[in-house]
Amino acid sequence: MRSEEGGGKPDAAVVRDALGVGVAVGLSGFAFGVTSAGSGLTVLQTCALSLLVFTGASQFALVGALAGGGNPLTAAAGAFFLGVRNAFYGLRLSQLLALPRAVRPFAAQWVIDETTAVALAQPSRRSVRIGFTVTGLTLYVLWNLTTLLGAVGAEAIGDTDAWGLDAAGPAVFLALLAPMLKTTTERAVAGAAVLLGLGLLPVLPAGVPVLVAALAAPAALYMEGRRAPKSAGRMKADNDAPRDDR
Amino acid sequence: MNIWIAIGATAVGCYAVKLIGLLVPDGVLERPLVKRLAALLPVALLAALTAQQTFADGPVLVVDARVAGLAAAAVALLLRAPFLLVVGAAVVVTAGVRALTG
Repeated sequence: MRSEEGGGKPDAAVVRDALGVGVAVGLSGFAFGVTSAGSGLTVLQTCALSLLVFTGASQFALVGALAGGGNPLTAAAGAFFLGVRNAFYGLRLSQLLALPRAVRPFAAQWVIDETTAVALAQPSRRSVRIGFTVTGLTLYVLWNLTTLLGAVGAEAIGDTDAWGLDAAGPAVFLALLAPMLKTTTERAVAGAAVLLGLGLLPVLPAGVPVLVAALAAPAALYMEGRRAPKSAGRMKADNDAPRDDR
Repeated sequence: MNIWIAIGATAVGCYAVKLIGLLVPDGVLERPLVKRLAALLPVALLAALTAQQTFADGPVLVVDARVAGLAAAAVALLLRAPFLLVVGAAVVVTAGVRALTG
């Protein structure tokens, strides 16, 4: 699929791309720090999330669910399901990076949307490794620094709602979601999930409606399978598979 | 204490799935159905979360300045603005609407 020899892309260009992504997204840790502190978490708890969880959507989801009065394990379950996509990123990356097994536990923490996007865009193993490492390092360092700044600064900022910072969380989710809405199935899943999430909000305990809304995904797959004859359904799945190349 | 339990469970779970991805033999997660589900689950979760964090005030649904902020983010996304600008647009517009409507 990719030629491993003569990738032809200079290291400096790979580093520049990786830094661009790492810096832009790393700085948005500030919004997470403010949101988390505004949700009632301490500075230590906020920083622990960025250091240990380090996958932005899961972090925002967790503090959002906790702020909404959710049960801690329900909140953690929602954050966990959001993190499951990283397993699929890891699967692709393990082929491309070809890391020694002893190194993999250390590389694992950096397996996220952004490092995967940069690494998959590279033409050779060397540039995949450079792209992954530079993006991961920049993003990890900046995300944690700006999380700390945001959490500490949240008090100085005062009423975070007056500054509109409560809109940062949903905007981050929307930015992550938008590129995924490519086909009718994805849009149908998103629409059904919105209806379920909002409709069940007043009647189910906090955090549970999001988990129920996740059922829109298997439901859509079931409908898809019923609509198309078996062989066509399989072909569609195969055609769709490389899409997460991005 | 409850919050630390949630943080611990999330940290362990999220690290485990990252590591599993790097360690499993090729092919286990490559079944088309599993891949499709893995691609669709984040869509459902992100959509539900976006809606809730825009319209929820505790267990009550409300329409407030956040809706204008999210609309600004959507416009920024359609214009292919970078990530930070999308988030910034949502924050600034939400704050602006609140300042104007007091």
